[in-house]
Amino acid sequence: MRSVDRRWRWSNLYLTAVFVILYAPIAYLIVYSFNSGGTMQGFEGFTLEWYGEVLQDTRLLIIVLNTVVIALLSALVSTILGTIGALAIYEVKRRSRKNALLALNNVLIVSPDVIIGASFLILFTIIGIQLGFVSVLLSHIAFSVPIVVLMVLPKLQEMRTSMLDAARDLGANAWQVLTRVVVPYMKPGIFAGFFMALTYSLDDFAVTFFVTGNGFSTLSVEIYSRARQGISLSINALSTLLFLFTVALVIGYYFINRRNARLAESGERR
Amino acid sequence: MARTRNFYLIPYVAWIVLFVAAPIILVAYYSFFDVEGQFTLDNYAKFFTPIYLRMTLGSFWYAFLITAFSLLVAYPTALILTRLKHKQLWLLLIILPSWINLLLKAYAFIGLFGKYGLVNAVFEMVGIGGRQLLFNDFSFVFVSVYIFIPFMILPIYNALEELNPALIDASRDLGASAWTTFRRVIFPLTLDGVKAGCQAVFIPSLSLFMITRLIAGNRVITLGTAIEQHFLVTQDWGMGATIAVFLIIAMALIMFATGIGKRGALRG
Repeated sequence: MRSVDRRWRWSNLYLTAVFVILYAPIAYLIVYSFNSGGTMQGFEGFTLEWYGEVLQDTRLLIIVLNTVVIALLSALVSTILGTIGALAIYEVKRRSRKNALLALNNVLIVSPDVIIGASFLILFTIIGIQLGFVSVLLSHIAFSVPIVVLMVLPKLQEMRTSMLDAARDLGANAWQVLTRVVVPYMKPGIFAGFFMALTYSLDDFAVTFFVTGNGFSTLSVEIYSRARQGISLSINALSTLLFLFTVALVIGYYFINRRNARLAESGERR
Repeated sequence: MARTRNFYLIPYVAWIVLFVAAPIILVAYYSFFDVEGQFTLDNYAKFFTPIYLRMTLGSFWYAFLITAFSLLVAYPTALILTRLKHKQLWLLLIILPSWINLLLKAYAFIGLFGKYGLVNAVFEMVGIGGRQLLFNDFSFVFVSVYIFIPFMILPIYNALEELNPALIDASRDLGASAWTTFRRVIFPLTLDGVKAGCQAVFIPSLSLFMITRLIAGNRVITLGTAIEQHFLVTQDWGMGATIAVFLIIAMALIMFATGIGKRGALRG
């Protein structure tokens, strides 16, 4: 059993190393956000100065607000559009046509951000949409739609068609079938899609960078322009706050998933 | 069944036309115009000059390195993860860093790799001596691998989870060594996950421009950096669009070669 032991020790060591490397930069950022020294080298003393700076920076707070508004609005609209898209693909019966739609759906998921950004920049310029809030919102909606489709569609395909027939036989009209049977079935997918759209939007840098113009900025773009100017510990403070927010989101997502799984289970038992 | 018309298609196809088809067509269209708006094929001629070809090759080489190193680190990690007790939780912890803004992670490395940063301090202590870590090929590849590792681990982990353990037992019972079992059974059966992971890493790493700017200090120029440069700095949209056309072609070829992934899982 000695060799098995040793192998275990090696694999644990390896995994620990991976985790250390994965979390080291984040820990580094957070630790130095409390450094009174003003640089990311040599910890001089504990201070909350940088957090104060972040909270007093009105420009930054407006940018945070912009980012959140864009994320919520784009997630909402793309969830609606994506759900409609999933229904559209579901209703198409011809296999070749269905696959064509799915392939087109996935184009924006696999495209590099630079391509999406550059092509949207051309598109908005040609249509005559001014770069700013509207162009950023439209692009975030556009690139979030396909992921919502991919989250909702499997739920539709799991749905038994006999349920729909039963509802129709019992006299439900098309609208009632949709709202009472289909939508409840899609719900976990819709929630997951909304959540993914939210994180896509919050996380996006490259596409926004292309279509944002001069006056409007989101958090990612702002961080980029500040980081290009060098190190400032208020970015560290900001990233600590964002990290806590992300962890809260992940925990939230984890519980939504667990609840969905449990609901699905109990639904099956019934 | 008179009303089988699919009304859902109207908004959805409108989205496809406006945001999927039109942008690609526009990029292709713009690649035929110069800065003054004159029709020209010069952009394509320029793309085949040594400067651009070298840049393209370099970009592919970096993307290859990033993908290879990610795979090298990610596969064993995924393999070990599947054998842990609370594997779901550990997997979540692996994915968690990928949810943190990419720019913040790149920014952290500016501090870590800086002249008086943590890594150089450790080097001094061990006796290797401080060295220039930022603004070179090494830092670019390292930071990119760091950022992409979760996207490589996830599909491989999923493929390993789907693997039927009875096959591994059978292989061991029939006398295969652990290594042979891995080489002949485990790896071939998780190839789809590996392909999905490589796809998720290779394509974005062709177009990383923010990391080259922040970490590699313009020493590394990828296709993405060139596109950004042409669109937002020199305003030569035609040339930018031409490079974009080649990036789209490259992307299509890669998708074709690795087979279209079942799911887009996560994006960078």
